[in-house]
Amino acid sequence: MDMLLLTLESTLRLSVPLLLAALAGLFSERSGIFDIGLEGKMLGAAFAGGAAAATFSSALMGLLAALVVSVALSLVHGFASITQRGNQIVSGVAINFIAMGTTVILGQAWFQQGGRTPALSSAGRLNTVELPFAQAVADVPVLGPIYSDLLSGHPLLMYFAFAMVPISWWVLYRTRFGLRLRAVGENPGAVDTAGISVTWLRYRAVICCGILCGFAGAYLSMALTAGFVKNMTAGKGYIALAALIFAKWRPVPVMYACLLFGFLDAVGIRMQGRPLPLIGEVPVQLIQALPYILTVILLAGFIGKAVPPKAGGVPYVKER
Amino acid sequence: MATPYAKLPGWVDYGLIPLLNLVVAFAVAGLVVLLVGESPFRAAYLLLDGAFGYGEGIGFTLYYATTFIFTGLAVAVAFHCRLFNIGGEGQAYVGGIGVALVCLTFDNILPWYLTFVLATIGAAICGAAWAFIPAYFRATRGSHIVITTIMFNFIASSLMIYLLVEVLKPAGQMSPQTRTFAEGGQLPKLDWLLAIFGLDIGGAPFNFSFLLAIAASIFVWVLIWRTKLGYEIRTMGFSEKAARYAGINEVRIIVIAMLISGALAGMMALNPIMGEQARMQLDFVAGAGFVGIAVALMGRSHPAGIIPAAILFGMLYQGGAEISFEMPQISRDMIVIIQGLVILFAGALENMFRPALSRFFGARAMRTKPVRVGSAG
Repeated sequence: MDMLLLTLESTLRLSVPLLLAALAGLFSERSGIFDIGLEGKMLGAAFAGGAAAATFSSALMGLLAALVVSVALSLVHGFASITQRGNQIVSGVAINFIAMGTTVILGQAWFQQGGRTPALSSAGRLNTVELPFAQAVADVPVLGPIYSDLLSGHPLLMYFAFAMVPISWWVLYRTRFGLRLRAVGENPGAVDTAGISVTWLRYRAVICCGILCGFAGAYLSMALTAGFVKNMTAGKGYIALAALIFAKWRPVPVMYACLLFGFLDAVGIRMQGRPLPLIGEVPVQLIQALPYILTVILLAGFIGKAVPPKAGGVPYVKER
Repeated sequence: MATPYAKLPGWVDYGLIPLLNLVVAFAVAGLVVLLVGESPFRAAYLLLDGAFGYGEGIGFTLYYATTFIFTGLAVAVAFHCRLFNIGGEGQAYVGGIGVALVCLTFDNILPWYLTFVLATIGAAICGAAWAFIPAYFRATRGSHIVITTIMFNFIASSLMIYLLVEVLKPAGQMSPQTRTFAEGGQLPKLDWLLAIFGLDIGGAPFNFSFLLAIAASIFVWVLIWRTKLGYEIRTMGFSEKAARYAGINEVRIIVIAMLISGALAGMMALNPIMGEQARMQLDFVAGAGFVGIAVALMGRSHPAGIIPAAILFGMLYQGGAEISFEMPQISRDMIVIIQGLVILFAGALENMFRPALSRFFGARAMRTKPVRVGSAG
């Protein structure tokens, strides 16, 4: 039971950055802008967050810096892929490299700790919050520990991340902005004919993506750990991308996919060198590779069919 | 592909625009150098001096360039078919298995030139095999090649960690690598080639695989521009519909283009494994697969452009190492930034200067109707 709770708790913690980044990708890709650069934006935000929070010993400044950097990077992506009609994949790849190099170079130059930012004091971290009555119900059997140990006592950003799932759904499916955003990802010509600016709509979608990636990065360096570490995203942006595809570009399934991939990650850490009943020892590398393998199988259409937004990756050229 | 840009003179399209993009990329990189409090001009001087100032530097520059020629060609061949093979990293990594297995088997039996032939075949087969599944799924099931090849990079990384830690590592050794190959598994250096120019390569691992890289460049040029298969690949890249109408078998062409691409990426493994270390280590690719993207973009997917672009990146790798001795603030990660900026400006923002240049060269076609630009890429 304890073991299970611990695994589930780390599942929750590990799935938060995936969830925020995948939702970020959801906004961008639903508007027709493919985003391979989730990884880079998250990394840039994590560094900016860690650096600003350490310099000003303020979590708020850190969060702000994370958002600014992430949105700035997403605007670069927007400029390249919307205004300049460049190749979106190429632009995303470029952003990943720029973020990967810049965070190390600046981190070393500013803090001299081999690319790390100084460890954050509690003032610089995003603090955890206790849910109401967590202490009171802790003794209730079964439900008590689940509520007070598993669900309570996490950084506020985690609750924000899970709250973003219904919010994203509502924005995408129940607001005028969401309808237009989805439309511009399927048929930008129609949106243009209706007299709505495709450019401005896509820029807004890309900014939404930047904001959510900023939160994801801030969570990594300011909540999950106390400070930025060189290349700390370690492929999480790509896993988030995989989760987004796995969920077929829909908000609620995105959450399930992220929880699944977070769970695989948590189990992988826990199972290192431990044999499983019946199967024997499973190489930990296999579990680590599982999200990627699953995504490949899904993309090949063996588990349902993942159909991306129709206009995804295609720059919009207004008829002249 | 219908582009809204007018056709420019050839030297502008293939010379001036890449050069402008490169200059902007380096200018922005210079800003980063300025930001960490060093002089960009001194950094540029150190870079050039470190890469070309003496024989050993040139040897290292060409050693890195060898690697990037392979990965650049790999990306370029796929580009011609309008496939974005971002999986060169994984294909090169798996290609290492082919090299390592051949060397481990034959290094005590065969002389190096025979091992080299077998290892080349092994590397090509393994690299191509790693590209096969993404290619096949793209061709028959329409799955997005970019995503699948990214996923295959990660799967390759897990696979190789497993193989090196659990299978290929000799018993009683701590670090995850194969045993060191005997004489028959090591490539001779090309010191005589530089000696012609009166240069001493010193300890630089500039080796025989460079000649293979040059041969591969010629092969790619012949393949793409002088054979029926290359014509079909380019037709597919230009317009899938046209290719279908012309009776070209899409599945076959996509798979073949990706297999060639994967094989070229896999052959990159010869250089570090047989040419330098004489063993296979963890993460020996070290991002070279991704550099290939920048190289192919800069070289406009043409071997004549790829070789200089690869030498440029070899210069960055070698000169970058020299800079970090003199300026401890600027580690080799600076190259990653420059690489990103080159990909951004030469790739995603390649058309930034085009409208201004079109106006400058007085091309009026923009106003009349969209002109079809037959670009190589």
